[in-house]
Amino acid sequence: MNRDVTPPLTVPPMTLHPMTLHPVAWWLWALAAASVAARTTNVVLLVLVAVAVGRVVALRRPASGAPAGFGMFLRLALTVVAIRVVLQALFVGSTGATVMFSVPQVPLPAWMAGVSLGGPVTAEAALAAVGDGGRLAVVLLCVGAANTLATPARLLRYLPRGLQAFGLATSVALTAAPALAVAFTRIRKARRLRGLPVGGVRGAVTIVVPVLEEALDRALVTASALESRGFGRRGEMSRGARALSGAALLSGPVLVVAGAYLLLGSRSVPAAVVAGGAGLVAAGLGVGGLGLRLAGSGLVSTRYRPDPWGAPEWVAVAAGAAAAALAGFALPARVAHPDPWSLQPPVLDPAAVLAVALLVVPSLPAFPNWGFPFAGFRFRGFRFKTFRGPAVALRDRP
Amino acid sequence: MTATAGIPATTATAGSVVRWEQVAVRYADADRPALSGLDLAVPSGELCLVVGSTGSGKSTLLRTVNGAVPHTTGGTLHGRVLTAGRDTRDHGPRELADVVGVVPQQPADAFVTDRVEAEIAYGMECLGVPPDVMRRRVEEVLDLLGLVDLRDRALGTLSAGQQQRVALAAAFVTHPQVLVLDEPTSALDPPAAEDVLSAVQRLVHDLGTTVLVAEHRLERVVSFADTVLRVPGDGGPPVAGPAAAVLRGTALVPPVVALGRLLGWDRLPVTVRDARRCAAADPRLAGLTAAGRPDGAADHGAIAVACRGVVVRYGGFEAVRGVDLELAAGTVTALMGRNGAGKTTLLDCLAGLRRPDAGSVTVDGRDPSRVSRREAADLVAFVPADPGDVLLADRVDRELAAADRLAGAVPGTASAVLDDLAGGIARSAHPRDLSSGQRLALALATCLPRRPRLLLLDEPTRGLDYPAKAAAAAMLRGLAAAGHTVLLVTHDVELASVVADDVVVLADGEIVSRGPARQVLTDSPAFAPQVAKVLPGTGLLSVDDVRKALALRSGDGHVAGGGAR
Repeated sequence: MNRDVTPPLTVPPMTLHPMTLHPVAWWLWALAAASVAARTTNVVLLVLVAVAVGRVVALRRPASGAPAGFGMFLRLALTVVAIRVVLQALFVGSTGATVMFSVPQVPLPAWMAGVSLGGPVTAEAALAAVGDGGRLAVVLLCVGAANTLATPARLLRYLPRGLQAFGLATSVALTAAPALAVAFTRIRKARRLRGLPVGGVRGAVTIVVPVLEEALDRALVTASALESRGFGRRGEMSRGARALSGAALLSGPVLVVAGAYLLLGSRSVPAAVVAGGAGLVAAGLGVGGLGLRLAGSGLVSTRYRPDPWGAPEWVAVAAGAAAAALAGFALPARVAHPDPWSLQPPVLDPAAVLAVALLVVPSLPAFPNWGFPFAGFRFRGFRFKTFRGPAVALRDRP
Repeated sequence: MTATAGIPATTATAGSVVRWEQVAVRYADADRPALSGLDLAVPSGELCLVVGSTGSGKSTLLRTVNGAVPHTTGGTLHGRVLTAGRDTRDHGPRELADVVGVVPQQPADAFVTDRVEAEIAYGMECLGVPPDVMRRRVEEVLDLLGLVDLRDRALGTLSAGQQQRVALAAAFVTHPQVLVLDEPTSALDPPAAEDVLSAVQRLVHDLGTTVLVAEHRLERVVSFADTVLRVPGDGGPPVAGPAAAVLRGTALVPPVVALGRLLGWDRLPVTVRDARRCAAADPRLAGLTAAGRPDGAADHGAIAVACRGVVVRYGGFEAVRGVDLELAAGTVTALMGRNGAGKTTLLDCLAGLRRPDAGSVTVDGRDPSRVSRREAADLVAFVPADPGDVLLADRVDRELAAADRLAGAVPGTASAVLDDLAGGIARSAHPRDLSSGQRLALALATCLPRRPRLLLLDEPTRGLDYPAKAAAAAMLRGLAAAGHTVLLVTHDVELASVVADDVVVLADGEIVSRGPARQVLTDSPAFAPQVAKVLPGTGLLSVDDVRKALALRSGDGHVAGGGAR
């Protein structure tokens, strides 16, 4: 698939392996892609974003042991669109003139006025549903892409030190969930073999209880394993400092929320309140940051093989941010939200095309080598070397 | 508690890494101490094997080493434990993490990351090891334990043996002075167990690590051990010493020791090699051959279970490839083979959970996958590796009553079966509180009232000590004598040697060897039980075989009928 784009460059074979960026870069890029999708109901643009995201995943997912999760997210996304369309057809009385077909209408009692079941299904309504559902579906797809390109466990390693406990709890939960699914299947199978009912509420309860017991046992084992491996080991940290960091971690978010409430609470607020709100948010951020710093300062832990953050990461994040900015500020309404009720065909404009093009940047074949124009190119059998960008350091780890 | 982590205490007694001083442990709601009178020291650089029957306090003892008892588990610790000179009363597990590495019983439950490499590095991250040192040590330990090819793999995709080696690497990579392993090979097939144990041995020999390991299958470990520490479990003080001395006079012995005891050798052998030397010197064993054993299914009754050309595919992968298998009524067959060889899939077919993609399965003339679930349960009974999976009730008596109801049997049937299998199980107990052996008996008792033709057991002796295993073997022989067809999946060659008539070995979904236990188990070194290794070429598989052969030769009449084991 990538062979037809640019011929391989004059780089050692190692760099032709799927390249992996810093997990934070992947998640930021995916967030940007999601924000582009969230901005529009233009079906064509949504499809383009989905294709861009899919292409990056196909070319850049980790080579070994990649979670097969993207396929699942793809199915989920399609299901979302399908459900949205079916609901629109069945429940929401279709407005619009172009009737495609009719579903037998079910008369509903008077107290359910306002809801209709069945009736004519119009092209306008279907188009609106596809646009709406598609938006959510593509956002889901972006989450799936981030999940595939950099597992949440990898991302969680980069939480600030003070939040390591939270990150660890999340990553343990993420690994425990599939184990519980396995336990559920195993116990269900054993019960079926005994000729016991496994369906119905009663059957489910008799399976869920032992599964939960197992979960509890597992939690105890994990906790004790963490302890014995030195989790949460601290150097010198006084009781006072510990209490202070806890208090700061709690009160920071409270201040931020209070400030945000003042800021966004109503449409017309006096300037003094706005200033106060902004002040509270700032104070909250400051206190929270201090808490994180304090909580982290006592820990002795280090980080094993941190992913490097170099030029490719900056390029990916910048491309994503530019795409998001374009989608946020430069899309005219007729492109972002074509009116389905007048059956306006979805159109694109240069800004939309550019946004999608920016999202594809991390999939460019020469990207690992800091953008192909800088590394070298081939022309009529000749190989031209230019110079090697700052990020040629080989990435030997996915 | 003041944090003193990282500051080596100066009170370390020269030569011993772990020292228990008058230690007793009592858990809050227990009527007797879990451990008492422990007053021993483990010398530095030794492999110390901890033995004891189930529930004797072995695990408690291991957990006192890093202060998990009492800091994590609760309970009261009397006396004191010094690990690398640090008193565990003042140092919890996390303060001892730099000197004690722990490999828990089910490593998969204790993994905190998702990748091999990250998991190995995790402990060092917690300890604040500098990044360049971490990097170097991870590479070293990957080489040392043969994990290089697995470094990027997701932990969930590893086999049990690989997971165990990863857990070992993760515990060892911090360069602890003591490694604590709780039953490291209980879930492993013989070759995988050997892999893990030889890795452990390398750590002891080459690197001088002190290792404490608890294990039920002594035959696998005892030859590696410098010292054996026995926890009697009856409240008496634990004792330690050379294996031969400590194991003398206990019921927890591997077959070679039992053999030495039977023949009254002065120096009890501990390894197969010792025993072979003793055996060569013993004139009574000269020319001894197996006697009076039924040689496989040929002598037995009608074929009760038949698989013909069974093929099972998962996607494009063939898990079972054309298996033909016939089991006669009243026989015990052991199904062996490494993890992932297709044993479980074959069991699923026999139980009717899965219809083969090609071929047929018949149990008593019917295909269990083509009858209703209830009828299938009447044909085939299944006891999974964790018998608790099939138990539903919160009391033994309710469980038994439910079994009678499901089978439509006279109330009390299951209870009578349970008494036959294992006496003295309190009817008011919670099934979870029973010992592993008792749980196995209860699980069997709940399915027997249906009079199933075929009994399937998955790893029935995991976690059982020798006496419990002998009881389980007797239970299975009894069921076969009563006309049941028994098929058990097991990694335990010693169990197979005493209980099985036939052995079937599966590899890559195909049967690679089958036949009478005597023939199959003596054919390959990986599957040979200890007695067969000591007395090669005799066809003798177990201590019981030797006893019978000796009795037969001396012409004693009282072994008449020894053919029916």
